[in-house]
Amino acid sequence: MDMSRLEQLSDTAWRVEPFGEMRAPAIIYASRALIAEMDDKVFDQVTNVAKLPGIVRASYAMPDAHWGYGFPIGGVAAFDAKSGGVVSAGGVGFDVSCGVRTHLTGLKREQIFAVREKLANALYEHVPAGLGSEGGIHLDDQAMTFMLSDGAVWAVENGYGRAEDLERIEEGGRAAAADPAAVSEFARKRQRHEMGTLGSGNHYLEVQEIAEIFDDVAATGFGLRLGECVVTIHCGSRGLGHQIGTEFLREMVVSGPALGVSPPDRELACAPILSELGQRYLGAMRGAINCALANREIIGHLTRQVFAQLFSHAELPLMFDVSHNTCKVETHEVDGEERELYLHRKGATRAFGPGDNRLPEALRLFGQPVLIGGSMGTGSYVLAGMATSEAQAFSSACHGAGRRMSRHAATRIWGGRQVVDELRARGIIVKSPSMRGVAEEAPGAYKDVRAVVDSAEAAGLARKVAYLKPLICVKG
Amino acid sequence: MSLLARSVPENILAARSPRAWESATTNVACWEHFPHDADLGVRGYGATPAQAFEQAALALAAAIAELASITPKETVEIHAEAPSLDLLLVDWLNAIVYEMAERRMIFGAFEVTISATKLIARAHGEAVSRERHAPAVEPKGATFTELDVSEIAPGQWRAQCVVDV
Repeated sequence: MDMSRLEQLSDTAWRVEPFGEMRAPAIIYASRALIAEMDDKVFDQVTNVAKLPGIVRASYAMPDAHWGYGFPIGGVAAFDAKSGGVVSAGGVGFDVSCGVRTHLTGLKREQIFAVREKLANALYEHVPAGLGSEGGIHLDDQAMTFMLSDGAVWAVENGYGRAEDLERIEEGGRAAAADPAAVSEFARKRQRHEMGTLGSGNHYLEVQEIAEIFDDVAATGFGLRLGECVVTIHCGSRGLGHQIGTEFLREMVVSGPALGVSPPDRELACAPILSELGQRYLGAMRGAINCALANREIIGHLTRQVFAQLFSHAELPLMFDVSHNTCKVETHEVDGEERELYLHRKGATRAFGPGDNRLPEALRLFGQPVLIGGSMGTGSYVLAGMATSEAQAFSSACHGAGRRMSRHAATRIWGGRQVVDELRARGIIVKSPSMRGVAEEAPGAYKDVRAVVDSAEAAGLARKVAYLKPLICVKG
Repeated sequence: MSLLARSVPENILAARSPRAWESATTNVACWEHFPHDADLGVRGYGATPAQAFEQAALALAAAIAELASITPKETVEIHAEAPSLDLLLVDWLNAIVYEMAERRMIFGAFEVTISATKLIARAHGEAVSRERHAPAVEPKGATFTELDVSEIAPGQWRAQCVVDV
């Protein structure tokens, strides 16, 4: 990115003063090195978001930001409905509520290592993954409606999880005010056989060792102990969310201008929050959030079944479940005033600080867990929301390492078999149906996740709690 | 070679298949992928918009699996209509994504007819096999990013957009 257009606020905060049609400034949180590596399109996109009606305070980009469509991936923006604010399907993305959950196992690295081949194979066989995979749960129309309304609560009520999981999921496992009637027949059909499936691309299930602790108090509070293992699941709302994104993006492109919204870029298609289209999208999008929450709860349940076969005492309690692609109604303080805002986080994580009463009691003291997916070679991080998170970016942080090269570039450099073999030599087992898929996801295709989380911490977005090193990675 | 550090060649512009599928290509038809940070650009060329659409669909299919691994055992008819050609391309690619997901199929050849802004097409393929097709990605949807359908030279149409994978 051309840095001459940025005003440096600190080592990890950069500002673009409003110009042209911008209604607010743009703020990019990242180190100089990460900014230099960012595509110029991130600049275009973060400043374009600032041109949307009703934007509050600023348009933000997180340290892992990269070129998305409309919003950058790693983009955060809040809109006020009463000030003509908009909701954007592109600001949420196709994989609505794509996110991460981490289960504790209480098992030492040595215990996993002793059965690692068997465990890797069992997880690969038991958790459906990849294009065309089908879960063991088949929903009729009535069950689909209940699932869309109740999310992980529906999954638990139907035997695919535990009641105690729910308080460890954002919003108690259920996005309120979902409108199943706003979800099309196409979206429902696409999801009928996909509950409890992992998907493909950058989605994964990993068994990880807690290899480093940065914050003893928070780690203890989260249940993370050095040398023990966790299971982390990264996936989203599957075909249903993809279809909702597809349908509403198109409808907003076609109908948005008639509703008085003419974004600077078609990819920023949106509708006024208070319009019929805006409300219908929000209802459908919340249904997709519930689909993702239910899907991750079911995959957690399948994972528990596998572990139960090998470790009779392993309960796999849920540490936390967070979403990365959402629009949520939240109250935030703006210029000393509490305002109800529509928070778009596209490839970004909510990060409420310590003491926030929206957090479950067991976690409130430490701040919200922020789960950062890295790559299958470089590992992942657990962060926690900070007291400064609210003021910096409406309690938001980064979501992953972020890609540094295209999929095709990765396949030109690495072969899938080479990646699998090299990782195995480093003690990491990768299971995937596609060697090309593995090559596209090669660790080197991603930014340095440590640099990303260090920037997030230095910028006051979220603080590091623990580093997780992959041992087994199942990819779709 | 380390998995973590290697410079990115500047000239990475993807797979180009001049004759990926005999029945779907002509002298001027071909497809290619173009880079996008997280996702994937698909681009088709042809003597007509319909032919460029066929080739863009082949580029989409090739993002998932090797085209040579796909046998045309079943045919699915697809209809689409949009106010403009570029929106029609998005609708066309999204219809393929939908049919693949809903039918658990993978397509490897396409025949497209476009009349004004109406499209009628036949997609040929088979049930997806994890072992035989080894699908690399599962497309989520065609986007408006880098969306363009235009006649770049007399008798040479190009149809392209980024697909979220």
